[in-house]
Amino acid sequence: MTARTTTTTSPAPANAAGASYTRVEGRDKVTGAARYAGEIPYADLAHGWLVLSTIARGRILSVESDPVREMPGVLAVLHHGNAPRVDSDYVGMLGKPDPIVEVFQHDRIPFVGWPVALVVAETSEQAREAAEALVVRYEEETHDVAFSSAHPGTYTPDGDGMLIEKGDLEAELAASTHVVDHEYTTPEEHHGSMEPHAAMARWDSGRLEIVDSNQGSGWVADELAKLFSLDPDSVRVRSEHVGGAFGSKGVRVHQILAVMAATQLDRPVRVVITRRQLFSLTGYRSPTAQRVRLGADADGRLRAVDHQAHSLTSTVHEFVETSAGFGRPMYASDAHRSVNRVVRLDVPTPTFMRAPGEAPGSFALESALDELAEKCGMDPIALRARNEPDVGPVSGLPFASRNLLAAYREGARRFGWADRDPRPGVRREGRWLLGTGTASATFPVIVAPSTAAVTAEADGTFTVRVNAADVGTGARTALTLIAAEALEVPRERVHVRIGDSDFGPAAISGGSMGTRSWGWAVRVAVTELREQLALGGDIPPQGITVRSDTSAAVGALAQKERHSFGAQFAEVGVDVATGEVRVRRMLGIFAAGKIVNPLTARSQFVGGMTWGLSMALHEEAHRDQATGGHVGADFAGYHFAANADVPVIEADWVEDTDADDPVGIKGIGEIGIVGAAAAIANAVWHATGVRHRNLPIRPDRVLSAGGALDA
Amino acid sequence: MALSTSSAITLNINGEKHTLPVDHRTTLLDALRERLDLTGTKKGCDQGQCGACTVLVDGRRAVSCLQLAVASEGREITTIEGVAQGEQLHPVQQAFLDLDGYQCGYCTPGQVCSAIAVIEEHAAGWPSAATTDVRPEAGVPELSAEEIRERMSGNLCRCGAYVSIVQAVAQAAASNTEDTEAAA
Repeated sequence: MTARTTTTTSPAPANAAGASYTRVEGRDKVTGAARYAGEIPYADLAHGWLVLSTIARGRILSVESDPVREMPGVLAVLHHGNAPRVDSDYVGMLGKPDPIVEVFQHDRIPFVGWPVALVVAETSEQAREAAEALVVRYEEETHDVAFSSAHPGTYTPDGDGMLIEKGDLEAELAASTHVVDHEYTTPEEHHGSMEPHAAMARWDSGRLEIVDSNQGSGWVADELAKLFSLDPDSVRVRSEHVGGAFGSKGVRVHQILAVMAATQLDRPVRVVITRRQLFSLTGYRSPTAQRVRLGADADGRLRAVDHQAHSLTSTVHEFVETSAGFGRPMYASDAHRSVNRVVRLDVPTPTFMRAPGEAPGSFALESALDELAEKCGMDPIALRARNEPDVGPVSGLPFASRNLLAAYREGARRFGWADRDPRPGVRREGRWLLGTGTASATFPVIVAPSTAAVTAEADGTFTVRVNAADVGTGARTALTLIAAEALEVPRERVHVRIGDSDFGPAAISGGSMGTRSWGWAVRVAVTELREQLALGGDIPPQGITVRSDTSAAVGALAQKERHSFGAQFAEVGVDVATGEVRVRRMLGIFAAGKIVNPLTARSQFVGGMTWGLSMALHEEAHRDQATGGHVGADFAGYHFAANADVPVIEADWVEDTDADDPVGIKGIGEIGIVGAAAAIANAVWHATGVRHRNLPIRPDRVLSAGGALDA
Repeated sequence: MALSTSSAITLNINGEKHTLPVDHRTTLLDALRERLDLTGTKKGCDQGQCGACTVLVDGRRAVSCLQLAVASEGREITTIEGVAQGEQLHPVQQAFLDLDGYQCGYCTPGQVCSAIAVIEEHAAGWPSAATTDVRPEAGVPELSAEEIRERMSGNLCRCGAYVSIVQAVAQAAASNTEDTEAAA
């Protein structure tokens, strides 16, 4: 069964989560009234401007700050020689911190774009001019930024999930009728949130207050307290509106430097990272090189799945893009090996970016499956159905719910897949070669302990306080609907407040875990509040507040394979004259648990699929081997899909329930990108008869590959 | 004699005159955001590449990050704060709200300002790169999805809300046409 919904505001039913509602903060966003981190005025506000290294490896000899300090308006020049010390020897919510937090703590330069100074001035114009005038002298060492799967420094990291093996891989490959064995590559990709990272810091009545743009205010507050050795209660971080994040908005140098400068100057300081600076300071997705080997019987039954993924990290921190993990819950196979390897280079540390691991991993494995379908003479959907597992193919655990094939059935019906001629390179419309492709999507269902407080106010309204982050996901609206449904009151009587570390610990907005985790805490608090209210009596002026903490309940969750699934479809046209690939339509059908608000959920899915299109055809950061830095670190040099690149994209969902799950919400922020690039690449093969195993599928690559273009 | 580095200027913004001293290096965008507390206009790249800072200057869209404040005197500047009629949203704003033509909202003010101008440019018969027949006698092209996509491509949206943005611009343009026909 498919949930069919309208895309406009639906007046009824009044309270149920499941009907479509426009965003609670929507009016503020379309009128410009919503204020983001860098937009709240403060009396006596000073402006910080960053200076970044121009060498890729070496050390700072001198920061010649004296002439700059004489420039108009300049208040301070912070650098490694005079900055306050921070303590970075801690373990935070996501482990040990990226050593970028050791800003101005030493003279080492580990990559181009490492922060070397912060100029603080009365106005942003003064700070910028002084920053550009600052001379920094370096001792330069030779660097290495050349990534490849054959790099001699490559190693398999310690840690969970880096290498998983089952069965005799080589024997199964040898016994297979059909074998696919290719390398697939994806380039360095950047988050590119429209709102640059920005933070204001000030001391107010003995408390450190930070107005920030982040994916978790409690997370950022906790790490800042650790860094500056402060009592956690004396740090407050707020982040009401966030202009996109996608994995990049955690603890970064802007908050740390704003705190340093505000402390030193004893006045509010705002630090905004410029668009160019974002490319080296806020993380990115590592390039990947992935060797995939598949072995199958003549009828398509998989004997062997081997996925060897390579990515890079910096010399100062180990971050692994775990692309090889994508296939672990996907297909039954006698033998399985998946391994994530990494190499340390003189580059910034990569980080989580929308569907980390699954996005590049799905491109490789789902492309390889399409190649296997071709070899077996099978329909690509039939191949996936043949290898549908009963339990986790590697873990042996039961699936909480698995509706991949239901998604394929609904998608195939709506896309018109049954009419598809499987032969490649045979459809032409004027100068366009046409093709269609499909691929699977999956993303794990993650949850983290959270707290929430729900107050029954004396005026009959309810206030929910939960330290959620709405980075554009619609979380604020979804939580309003969840609370209203649980309270059985109209949503207009529920006010949800988020983005404030004073509200207590909560999950971050990441890993598609936010609404599941926060919604769980809100429901638990509401249940208890209703029990109290059921006892009767007046509500006192301060209201009645109930707090919840889901730590125990989350810890008690039974071990299962918990995932969302999806089926991606794409139709492309390939221009035989220019090699340009144009996506003509996309359809994604998802099995992703309970959908709280169809209007914003559809935006999440379609947004993710738009990312997949952009990944398939456009995005690619270029690193200059000679300097070690980016070429064109801006939105001209780094093109992501513009409006004219994006056709009609449809997303919908099939019913996906798990009776044993206390919330039923799975999380939808990331799955939309997964498999989308593979579906497009498979469609390009269907159009041209040529496999494109390197992203993005640029016109020059299409032209030089030939195929049906030359026919 | 030292050259002056600032000037007192008068800006006409949303029908109101604002006189203020500005640093000659100050862009119109920074004057709006940092001097006049009109923070609805967003800074996405500060290089004229993303469109988040789009405002209307004498009725035409312009990226305010590439225009100096001192060069903006004598122009009629409309920002996102000036497009609604009091509490009544502009039809473009209403359509973005109803159809979820945004997610994080940071590019939205620029998208809305751009869309308002797109609808006017189209109604005035201006062709775009997507217009198939650009001869004057061909008349006003249909404001197809392809036309909207082309004309809105100066405004990047990283959340990937383009599909809804196109629907919102089309809906607002249709309501605009209905209003015009009703008035005629």
